[in-house]
Amino acid sequence: MTDFFAMHGYAAYVWPSYALFAVVLLADALAPVFARRRVMHDLARRVRRAASRKTP
Amino acid sequence: MNPLVLWFHKLGSPPYFYRFAGRWLPWLYALALIAGAAGFYGALFAAPADYQQGDSFRIMYVHVPCAWMGLFAYLFMAANGFVGLVWRIKLSETLAMASAPVGAAFTFITLVTGSLWGKPTWGTWWTWDARLTSELVLLFLYFGVIGLYHAIEDRRQAARAAAFLALVGIVNLPIVHYSVIWWNTLHQAQTVSLVGPSKIAPSMLWPLLTLAFATHVYFFASVLARSRVALLELESGKDWVRTLLPATETLHD
Repeated sequence: MTDFFAMHGYAAYVWPSYALFAVVLLADALAPVFARRRVMHDLARRVRRAASRKTP
Repeated sequence: MNPLVLWFHKLGSPPYFYRFAGRWLPWLYALALIAGAAGFYGALFAAPADYQQGDSFRIMYVHVPCAWMGLFAYLFMAANGFVGLVWRIKLSETLAMASAPVGAAFTFITLVTGSLWGKPTWGTWWTWDARLTSELVLLFLYFGVIGLYHAIEDRRQAARAAAFLALVGIVNLPIVHYSVIWWNTLHQAQTVSLVGPSKIAPSMLWPLLTLAFATHVYFFASVLARSRVALLELESGKDWVRTLLPATETLHD
């Protein structure tokens, strides 16, 4: 098992590569989730503001 | 009308696309995750170490699928940009702009993992080899498209300007692909071929193809998710978007 993690001396190059792949794609997958939250929040605020303008 | 053509026309309507993409998204994410897990099992456990490169060759399983995706995403972006420019289809503009950040992410991974492989193999993190340089230009083209899209206030005008830049940048794709043949510098030539036999052992090939499949599926999942949000923003004045708001929020004060 230690042999596996050591990658026969290439651990310092192999594991960062796989970690980078995971981190970048995870960030990419989360980006639309946060963007959607922001868009819906802005929209709800605009609708609320429009409604409060109509009823003085 | 032919049912397939009819469906294609319907798909161009933002509310229809929004629902369609929403139905497919969980399945695409699940498929990408399962294929990715199988591919990584093959890449890290099943495939034997390379007789020359030892275990450092396992970086290839991240590097190569991402490199393919960087090119594929660019083609997808340019094709949709072209359709958007010619036929002014809102969905095509949205799909083109949604694929830019995903393609940039894949190109970025390609460059960094290539560097991580180059250090122990070539003895250098970076060299101005033709393949490396053209791949860096590809990343800058993605940055250009994303930057231009965000620099213009009107969303649709911005998408058209950025799509035009994406079309001009297509000239870089054959340079990236053929750079290893045209300039005999440092980066190795292709091992896997669509036409003709691949110069790689089957036990090493299947994890690579599985990961290539996984990254393709992931790309479409990410583009659909990003397009859904972009359409919500683009169509925020329309009724179909308003109905998506939680009832409590619309009735608030």
